[in-house]
Amino acid sequence: MAKIVSQQVYSENKQVEVIMEESPEIVPDSIFKKFFLEVASLTIFTLRFFKEVIKPPYEINELMKQSFLIGYKSLPLVAITGFIIGLVLTIQSRPTLAKFGSESLLPAMVAVSIIREIGPVITALIFAGKVGSGIGAELASMNVTEQIDAMQVSDNNPFKYLVVTRILSATFMLPLLVIFADGVGLMGSFVGVNIKGNVSAYLFFSQIFQSLEFGDLFPAVIKTFFFGFAIGLIATYKGYYSNKGTEGVGKAANSAVVLGSLMVFIIDMIAVQVTSVLQN
Amino acid sequence: MTQNATDIDLKAETDYKPNGNVVIKMEHLKKSFGNNHVLRDINLVINKGENLAILGQSGTGKSVLIKCIVGLVEIDDGKLLIYGKNISELKDKELIETQKKVGFLFQSGALYDSMTVRENLEFPLRKQLSSIPKEELESIVKEALHDVGLDEAIDKTPSELSGGMRKRLGLARTLILKPEIMLYDEPTTGLDPITSKEISNLILEVQKKYNTTSVIITHDIECTRLTANRIIVLKEGVCAAEGTFAELEKSADPWIRSFFE
Ligand SMILES: Nc1ncnc2c1ncn2[C@@H]1O[C@H](COP(=O)(O)OP(=O)(O)O)[C@@H](O)[C@H]1O
Ligand SMILES: [Mg+2]
Repeated sequence: MAKIVSQQVYSENKQVEVIMEESPEIVPDSIFKKFFLEVASLTIFTLRFFKEVIKPPYEINELMKQSFLIGYKSLPLVAITGFIIGLVLTIQSRPTLAKFGSESLLPAMVAVSIIREIGPVITALIFAGKVGSGIGAELASMNVTEQIDAMQVSDNNPFKYLVVTRILSATFMLPLLVIFADGVGLMGSFVGVNIKGNVSAYLFFSQIFQSLEFGDLFPAVIKTFFFGFAIGLIATYKGYYSNKGTEGVGKAANSAVVLGSLMVFIIDMIAVQVTSVLQN
Repeated sequence: MTQNATDIDLKAETDYKPNGNVVIKMEHLKKSFGNNHVLRDINLVINKGENLAILGQSGTGKSVLIKCIVGLVEIDDGKLLIYGKNISELKDKELIETQKKVGFLFQSGALYDSMTVRENLEFPLRKQLSSIPKEELESIVKEALHDVGLDEAIDKTPSELSGGMRKRLGLARTLILKPEIMLYDEPTTGLDPITSKEISNLILEVQKKYNTTSVIITHDIECTRLTANRIIVLKEGVCAAEGTFAELEKSADPWIRSFFE
């Protein structure tokens, strides 16, 4: 059952693309039309993800491999950026706080900014750039070279093997990376605090933990699952349905990053609204 | 076995007689992409055991035609029967069972470049992997590589292989599922004449060994001469001509003759 349906969806999407590209004189190239067609086909893609993710067999090996590639391999980059952000944020905030005579609040203020906002968003953007473009380009080049077709012909569901595993990995690896980046960022902040001044690690971290509330951490971690899901979804979608030409690979990678990053901001905006409503 | 394929010089059995066993039948098959009407009215019969070559200019829809057979492209209208079963009426399970009997060699080889040669060959078997003992899997993979003369390459990656070797590996990967019908999409395009001839002979060897029915899309007239029992020329979405090599070579239509020059 599922297979037939999914094939129809697949070819429907292809046809949508062809109509848009090859006969502009028949279908006026309206931006709205393009936008809604894109949204519709992304919605179908998303629904298909949820359908296939619950249906066995599960691609555990590929999921593990992707999680390793997506998560573990991003650690150095995330660590460097996290550390620098923590360090710079601390150095930059000190003069302002000093003006109000509240330099002692420096660790707490930096910690709240990092954990609530800067850690998740910066890490997600880095993630969109590194992982999103990687997935987009990989799937697009598999599409161009007919590898995806070859999987289908040999009766191995390419959607399950390629798309589902990557979206899941992105969804679950990004939160871990964010927590890691937050930790490294706080260490960067500790270094920053100690450039001008002398605060022991114990004092620094106990001050941070006193100032942090559950309400800071919890929503910040929850939203990163959505960031990861959105980045994975858009990257796989753009790759899986890329144009069959070498230029399609570059386009897929590019729009995976652009749209992925945009989604991060949109979700962030929604998240802040939702949290403020829930907390009142 | 294939190292000296050039000297073997197998010949297609030109005295092949249709035995009335139809494996694939197309009736008024149509396929368009937007307003690009690729296949307008295809009527075609493929008999068991024959080698059918499909000729036609680039972009006439030869690839689309055989992709319809494996379900990569969905037909708009008309009938497509595989072993007498109408594909568009089949339920999921039966459809998969039917299409499993058809192997497809992609024009580009479609090798999985993130995997080794061994993994490429194991991939189609993934579903059965748990039920096949390790030694048996090893021997299946080795035999598939031996069939196409690639014994040495088992631990290489596709990027280390030459054009001809990539085609062979693609063929081995397709054969590992023991298809009864083989579809070749331009198997010799982009290869030098000697390698092309080796691949043509390989197609014949495969056909002998596994008793397959073959559909070969090609521009390569030498490959057609070596392999085909029957030729169909595709033009503007319909079958413009049909016959044996000898018949079409002497065709009254200069356009058709031009393929054979
Ligand atoms: N998935 C697709 N979407 C849109 N157009 C396609 C698709 N596949 C093939 N076509 C079009 O169909 C025509 C025939 O293509 P093809 O079968 O690849 O030609 P060839 O005879 O060279 O193999 C071309 O014009 C191509 O643009
Ligand atoms: Mg083609």
